[in-house]
Amino acid sequence: MNRITQLFEQKKNNVLNIYFTAGYPQLNDTTTILKALDESGADLVEIGMPYSDPIADGETIQHANQVALDNGMSVKLLFEQLAGIRPAIKVPILLMGYINPVLQFGIEEFCKKCQEVGVDGLILPDLPADVFEENYKVIFEKYGILNIFLITPQTSETRISHIDAISEGFIYMVSSASITGAKSGISDEQEAYFSRINAMSLKNPRLIGFGISDNATFTKASSHAAGAIIGSAFIKVVTEAKDLSADINAFVKSVKGE
Amino acid sequence: MTTAQQYNVNEKGYYGEFGGAFIPEMLYPNVEELKNNYLSIINDPAFKAEFDALLKDYVGRPTPLFLAERLSEKYNTTIYLKREDLCHTGAHKVNNTIGQALLAKRLGKRRIVAETGAGQHGVATATVCALMGLECIVYMGEIDIERQAPNVARMKMLGAEVRAAKSGSKTLKDATNDAMRHWINNPVDTHYIIGSVVGPHPYPDMVARFQSIISEEIKWQLQEKTGTTNPDYVIACVGGGSNAAGAFYHFLDDAQTQLVAAEAGGHGISSGFSAATTFLGKPGVLHGSRSILMQTEDGQVVEPHSISAGLDYPGIGPMHAHLFDTKRAKFFAITDEAALKAGFQLSKLEGIIPALESAHALAALEELGAQPNETVVVNLSGRGDKDLATYMKHL
Repeated sequence: MNRITQLFEQKKNNVLNIYFTAGYPQLNDTTTILKALDESGADLVEIGMPYSDPIADGETIQHANQVALDNGMSVKLLFEQLAGIRPAIKVPILLMGYINPVLQFGIEEFCKKCQEVGVDGLILPDLPADVFEENYKVIFEKYGILNIFLITPQTSETRISHIDAISEGFIYMVSSASITGAKSGISDEQEAYFSRINAMSLKNPRLIGFGISDNATFTKASSHAAGAIIGSAFIKVVTEAKDLSADINAFVKSVKGE
Repeated sequence: MTTAQQYNVNEKGYYGEFGGAFIPEMLYPNVEELKNNYLSIINDPAFKAEFDALLKDYVGRPTPLFLAERLSEKYNTTIYLKREDLCHTGAHKVNNTIGQALLAKRLGKRRIVAETGAGQHGVATATVCALMGLECIVYMGEIDIERQAPNVARMKMLGAEVRAAKSGSKTLKDATNDAMRHWINNPVDTHYIIGSVVGPHPYPDMVARFQSIISEEIKWQLQEKTGTTNPDYVIACVGGGSNAAGAFYHFLDDAQTQLVAAEAGGHGISSGFSAATTFLGKPGVLHGSRSILMQTEDGQVVEPHSISAGLDYPGIGPMHAHLFDTKRAKFFAITDEAALKAGFQLSKLEGIIPALESAHALAALEELGAQPNETVVVNLSGRGDKDLATYMKHL
């Protein structure tokens, strides 16, 4: 069974998903960070494939993307870095990125590589649902890779129902109309949105992302969904880290309130 | 046999294999709203009347189709210049911004965001926002802010807020990224006026329709002057390709008219400093559509170079990618040097200082090989006032 599916069968709440950018701060930090997250108790890890034009991302992740590219990071190199991480690394792994580098690598070749190294799912925000369904769904399924879709406060209920129908694993619930790292905290308006989605009784669990940065926001988000995703706040941790493994461990523990 | 349908957008938003709407979910409702409404709004007689009246009385249309006699003599053929440089604000860009601002008002939006390269689209956007009482924010690459200072001043005087795009190459591509991010952050009350035939469907088609007034006028003006609606060639420069889309639009179906696109060759296509997308690019996705794109093997977008800020873009509109792919249009890569030379030449031969962008179209005359009995229309997309500092460096 896919490790993401398995995770949500076993764990129904307080699922912590952490995003980081591959090849950042240093080119070879990818696996160091991955190991530290696995050991410190992150439930799910989202590895960002750096891109020159990340239009859904704010300054923090844009900067990490640019540094990683300047370090020489590429899709090809990421698969080399991830080769052999299983079975030592247990945590389910998502790759997050923009569609163009994946298209250039070749969709089928990309999914095949994901399966080989033990990646479980993909988040490709600028891959439209209809293009996925028409052209790529069969390929993803062939290699056992889940495609994670996003919903936002502006997504219509009809579309949410459709996304729920074609989703497996979980749905990425963007907490507000924004790019990553733009806002912090959770407002009453956002809580109303979370409640509205909960009332829809979707078949897929949701993880809330954007604006989650610490124990308070993680706990609040987790009370409205299966868990939450931290991105920009974690990038800041690795940017300022003196000892990557120790600082990551401390951050994850603090978010989980341990 | 060809049909217009073959070169125009299909129901799914594609030109052949190019186009589509590759956008994050955050933009989906906005783009969907546009897609569901743009045709009914544009085709509404009341909208048309308002749009046409503004083009006539505010922009100064129709723009002249001028027989450039001395230039014709130099190339031993017959050359007409479509004088988009005489539009209010100094370039064709205003045709599109008037159309989109009217459309935004009908969608109930009160704020406009736009990107700009040379500043012409930014000025045209700031202008219509002033005219229609809309709030206006323009993103412009930090480098472009420096090299196009007069246009920055104009935007500010018109009441727009100019924000510097500081990421990546700090030019048009990055200004577009930041404008899209702004739209993601303000999805309800803001309309994004894209300045070229790029972006997710329906933008390429919508912008091409607003610019199609250029070829509509060329047809009847040429008929008046020569007794035939169709020239042998229509030449236009292509960055994203909005003036070319407008100049080509009503000729797409007319196989007897050769469409000619002049891309920015920069220092030369093999120099590493170029923006000649069809020569250096391959299919890929940027800014919401699948098109031809300058990129690395890893799919990272390459930073382009052109002396002309308006052509300094690593992609082209999906319509042009399709015209290239089907060989309906012939593409030339014009170097910075050739464009400068053509700009100086037109100034001295005809008393018209062209924008550096338009100078690329003029330079294509050198390579075209038009015959004495043939007729060429060059779309003179903008005037050169904004480029004087660059021209002076090379005088």
